[in-house]
Amino acid sequence: MTEISVSDSSQTELSPPRGHWRSIWARFRKRRLAFISLIIIAFIYLLGIFAPVLQTHDYREIDLYRTQLGPSAENWFGTDRAGRDLFTRVLWGIQTTVIITVTTFITGSLFLGVTIGLMAGYFRGWIDAIIMRVGEVVSAFPDILLIILLAATLRPRFVEFARDLEDSTGISGIVSSGVVDYLVIGFALLPLSWFGMMRLVRGQVLVLREAEYVEAARAMGTSTPRILFRHILPNVVSPIIVSVSFGIGAIALSEIVLSFFGLGVQPPRPSLGLMIGEVVSRTGAGSHNIIRDHPEQLLAPIIVVWLLIFCWNIVGDALNDVMNPRAR
Amino acid sequence: MLEYILRRLLWTPILLALAAFFVFMMGTCAPGDPAELTLGQFATPDLVAKQRIRLGLDDPFPIRYIRYIGGVVKGDFGDSYHFTGKTVLEVIGPKLWVSVQLNIAALLVATIVGLPLGFYAAKRQGTATDPLIVIVMLILFAVPVFFTAPFLILFFAVKLHWVDAAGWNGFFSIQTILPAMTLGIPGAAIFVRHMRASTLEVIGQEYVRTAQAKGMPNMVVNYRHIARNALLPILTIMGFTIAGMFGGSLIIELIYGIPGAGRASLDAVFQRDFPILTALVLLSAVMLVLANLIIDIAYTIVDPRIKLR
Repeated sequence: MTEISVSDSSQTELSPPRGHWRSIWARFRKRRLAFISLIIIAFIYLLGIFAPVLQTHDYREIDLYRTQLGPSAENWFGTDRAGRDLFTRVLWGIQTTVIITVTTFITGSLFLGVTIGLMAGYFRGWIDAIIMRVGEVVSAFPDILLIILLAATLRPRFVEFARDLEDSTGISGIVSSGVVDYLVIGFALLPLSWFGMMRLVRGQVLVLREAEYVEAARAMGTSTPRILFRHILPNVVSPIIVSVSFGIGAIALSEIVLSFFGLGVQPPRPSLGLMIGEVVSRTGAGSHNIIRDHPEQLLAPIIVVWLLIFCWNIVGDALNDVMNPRAR
Repeated sequence: MLEYILRRLLWTPILLALAAFFVFMMGTCAPGDPAELTLGQFATPDLVAKQRIRLGLDDPFPIRYIRYIGGVVKGDFGDSYHFTGKTVLEVIGPKLWVSVQLNIAALLVATIVGLPLGFYAAKRQGTATDPLIVIVMLILFAVPVFFTAPFLILFFAVKLHWVDAAGWNGFFSIQTILPAMTLGIPGAAIFVRHMRASTLEVIGQEYVRTAQAKGMPNMVVNYRHIARNALLPILTIMGFTIAGMFGGSLIIELIYGIPGAGRASLDAVFQRDFPILTALVLLSAVMLVLANLIIDIAYTIVDPRIKLR
């Protein structure tokens, strides 16, 4: 009898952490707009991930007999000035966005931002001072100009490096596969992705390091990495999630802007920014005529971009309300 | 407070020197040999070697950096590679000025639209108007500028012929309206959001209730007690908004064919004219840092409650 009651109480003790996330999820689901937004985001991302399966054409397939067509059964969104299928290109453009946002977020925000933020907040002292000053210098520049500068100066070096790699290893197609583009964009977006996250985590850790349970852990001789990742990090997860959901929209937009300028993803690989740029942009003979005569070509890529950013904003807002009720 | 301002003033030049270091470093990583680029088609190995000495390219990095900083302080950013015989400042000066004007116009739009609307939304809390304003502004905020710009051009320039589709005719011309609107509306959305939040906070304060309870006219309470206090936090957001707008103006300049810093920086990338690009990046950083400094100092003066360490 006594044993049963003991196991009962231990079960109730174990449940709170699970209940925490479950109740957040329940509160989140009650926000209809945010929930719909999340579904739309998931849908768009799935479209991108399954682009190779869903495509109706090859994204490079040029058909000069079928240019600038409206939507039809053959080309669902019509064709562009080179007769390429817009539906397929939008799918692959989404895939580019998915790859860039996910990789920059894992490397930049989550890996660099969180680790540096944890260290700066926990150790303080000169490490903190240097990190904060570097961050201040980086954030002194307007984001887009800094990204342009980085992309413009880094790209030739990266391409050179990839060519050398191709020559020395005998693997061909590194440059043409678009990996270099992703690397360049990832590096160019780093300053944008890590500093905000770092500052957020640092601020939280500054408070948490004084908490009694951290002091207790320290007194028990727990190793510093364990304190940082097992005791402090779980308590910073909510603000991190909120910040990620706000930041992903900005990262996605930056890639699109960079490709729009012709500095991001290089043709023939499609990107939503590149597709918009081809219709609106400065270069190319008669580009103004495309936008004058066929503005409908803009609709598909732009609606996707707009939905992504709008939905991420809504989701971020809702998560902020749900996860930090005190911050209101 | 004086100490805080002094410390900020002392830190600013160091910050800018570090920023210049970063930009200079990126500039030296840039592709292409400056000596070859300046000589153009006349480059022979012999001439290139001479040019390298003349431009001081063979000196060690720290010396070149100090020379660069020394020049920058005097307003000398070096010579353009592409426009031979012109200094960087001669090339980008007018373009930067156009961008600044465009940004001021956009900031005016954002302030005039955003602040009253945010205030109004907060006053209407609990009615359908408030969420309506919030949602509409959120939708407008998420619309990328390369969506609004082409369609505004199509409608107002191509269909209605009210304005020319592209170009820049100075601050006080109707041509400024479209780009300023395109750039200003997303900014207005940010202002609405924050103005609404800060107004709501002030409305709940006790002194507002007291003012209303003692029968002060609504106009006076709205203006003197609520709006003026709610405006304070907006000042800090101003800095971020200016930074964001400056980025947006690059795209808008391209679409509207405005000869500003955005176009210049992209041309510089494609012409490999890196002194121009680095100078533009550095100058915009200087402007941003100074704008933030002024805002911070203004904040301490406007709000007597703030005693910064």
